[in-house]
Amino acid sequence: MAADQETVERVRSIDVEAYKYGFVSPIESDKAPKGLNEETVRFISSKKEEPEWLLEWRLEAFRRWLTMDEPKWARVSHPPIDYQDIYYFAAPKSAPAPKSLDEVDPELLRTYAKLGIPLVEQEILAGVERPKVAVDAVFDSVSVATTFKAELAKAGVIFCSFSEAVRNHPDLVRRYLGSVVPPTDNFYATLNSAVFSDGSFVYVPPGVRCPMELSTYFRINERNTGQFERTLIIADKGSYVSYLEGCTAPKRDENQLHAAVVELIALDDAEIKYSTVQNWYPGDAQGRGGIYNFVTKRGDCRGPRSKISWTQVETGSAITWKYPSCILRGEASRGEFYSIAISNGHQQVDSGTKMIHLGRNTTSRIISKGVAAGKSQNTYRGQVSAHRLATGARNFTNCDSLLIGQECGAHTVPYIEAKNASAVIEHEATTSKVSEEQMFYCLQRGLSAEEATALIVNGFVRDVLQQLPMEFAVEAQKLITISLEGSVG
Amino acid sequence: MTSGAPDSGRRPMLEIRNLSVSVQDKMILDGLSLNANAGDVAAIMGPNGSGKSTLAYVIAGKPGYEVVSGEIIFDGENILDLEPNERALKGVFLAFQYPTEIPGVGAMTFLKAALNAQRRARGESDLTTPDFMRRVREAAQALKIEQEMLRRPLNVGFSGGEKKRFEVLQMALLAPRVGILDETDSGLDIDALRIVAEGINALRDPDRVFLVITHYQRLLDHIRPDVVHVMAKGRIVATGGPELALALERDGYRDYAEEAA
Repeated sequence: MAADQETVERVRSIDVEAYKYGFVSPIESDKAPKGLNEETVRFISSKKEEPEWLLEWRLEAFRRWLTMDEPKWARVSHPPIDYQDIYYFAAPKSAPAPKSLDEVDPELLRTYAKLGIPLVEQEILAGVERPKVAVDAVFDSVSVATTFKAELAKAGVIFCSFSEAVRNHPDLVRRYLGSVVPPTDNFYATLNSAVFSDGSFVYVPPGVRCPMELSTYFRINERNTGQFERTLIIADKGSYVSYLEGCTAPKRDENQLHAAVVELIALDDAEIKYSTVQNWYPGDAQGRGGIYNFVTKRGDCRGPRSKISWTQVETGSAITWKYPSCILRGEASRGEFYSIAISNGHQQVDSGTKMIHLGRNTTSRIISKGVAAGKSQNTYRGQVSAHRLATGARNFTNCDSLLIGQECGAHTVPYIEAKNASAVIEHEATTSKVSEEQMFYCLQRGLSAEEATALIVNGFVRDVLQQLPMEFAVEAQKLITISLEGSVG
Repeated sequence: MTSGAPDSGRRPMLEIRNLSVSVQDKMILDGLSLNANAGDVAAIMGPNGSGKSTLAYVIAGKPGYEVVSGEIIFDGENILDLEPNERALKGVFLAFQYPTEIPGVGAMTFLKAALNAQRRARGESDLTTPDFMRRVREAAQALKIEQEMLRRPLNVGFSGGEKKRFEVLQMALLAPRVGILDETDSGLDIDALRIVAEGINALRDPDRVFLVITHYQRLLDHIRPDVVHVMAKGRIVATGGPELALALERDGYRDYAEEAA
């Protein structure tokens, strides 16, 4: 593969010091007043012209949230977060539900262009070799443009912003919202349930194979804006959908909070593939600033033989607290988790998955690759449990950690529970260092220390990279290299 | 071929002067001096522990070796202060005795990365994929390397012989000016030995120096050296022509080991 080489080439052209996506778009925004109380929740709900039931749902979550505490079990530390010092809603002022891309603020489109998002429909259509990707772009809190709607509609696939779904498909939303991640689930998910602003909604009807990859780019633009997306994906019986999520945020001095919730539901024989490439601002060399990424992602394999597969490449954020999970309810359903988590500088990653085997003959597979460099701490935390009725449940877990340098740490914390004697759970874990021998071998052939590190790390994570859709894999490879800059020498 | 050329008028390409090197306070090279002229194939022979591999590593710049004194002059420049990759880019190549495995990195990916790194350092553009593939195919064929092997991760699951052949393949593609072969013959059966030796012979060039480190005469049956150096206890204790290697094969190293002590 020439992709490693390409990675190296691309990095050459990038200023090492500058976080590539660290620009701020000068767009006016329509903000809720700072702070969080019932009024904030009502403000958000009324801004979005939501039905009464959803307002009530939010308020209930908010009241519950007031009684909850931040989880303390993760291996991360940060100064206390002042939840009253955050804006909970910011909509770009100039983008009230555009009818077409022509109506979208050109500054927004330029921002997306900088991010390399193929938002402009014509461009995508013109790009003959490029596989079709429909993009629902979330700029701060409001989805500004959705492409390929028509073609998706022909297939019967609903792909729209969450707000739109509330308006146009209230029954679906009401039926499934909170059915995987209940509003009381955990501190951050409950906060999200109270104040979520927007996100994406996907419904794939029975027997339909979604004709293209669906893609969302999230971007935190407004200063002090917490971003609270809500994503809901339903794959009805016998359907298939692949969903890509990319995340970037501009460079800021202060920390920004991000607490998203993603719910996936796969009915009988349905399959959902959910891929994430996350490169939010990780903070500066002293560990100042950066995103706090406290995310709840969970999939429910509700029907028999359904399948949910999570693939994630995490390179950004100051703190990552994230455990994309699968509830394997349906008989012979399958959950997969493929993860690359790279940390450098002062980043803290506590990430992993949960595979909850409830149904008979359910299977799951976990492949996690953690790479720690600089002064970062990188923890894999995973739970595999086989419940009483999960006869024949099988899990295979492989967790590998790679250390670069002397000051970082890699930790593996598996929780394994089997309540059914027939369950088979395998766990393999390794921790290794980029060896001096490997480095010298590469240098002896003329590669620089950075080229060598990129090559070795890309080799280390290759099994997982191969799970990503082609276009994402290239982007991911590039990000991995960028995120490791300065980790050697 | 240069082997028959007269010595006079040939310029020294690599000069090692009074080199002393220690590892964890133990002196491994002890005032070693050695000259190699452009076009030379120099065999370096000696018993186990005489410092042959250390010499190879120190020329290539491997970390962990403390140069106590001395110089290594390559093309008139002391390369001891250069990083290992800078030396590689100047044309120093080491065929490793125990090539390192790098899981997940395809052998082809690695070859291309190395080749292009060296091309860029010379101000040349990257090879196009078809051009690269063609070069690799040709070089691999000459060394009887299967394409399948090149699709595997670097050195992972390679047999001993495959590893050595892959080292020579890299050398052929990178076309270095100083080729150091560290016991490339060990682990090779007689057929593989001949193939590898032919590969090396094909690279003999008036503007290239080879240091061939070996225990045994048998490699030198196929690669005829211009000079044979005998190493013992960290220095060169004898230098001669090919007949010296034959004498060693017959009498062993005992005399030299005593002489160095």
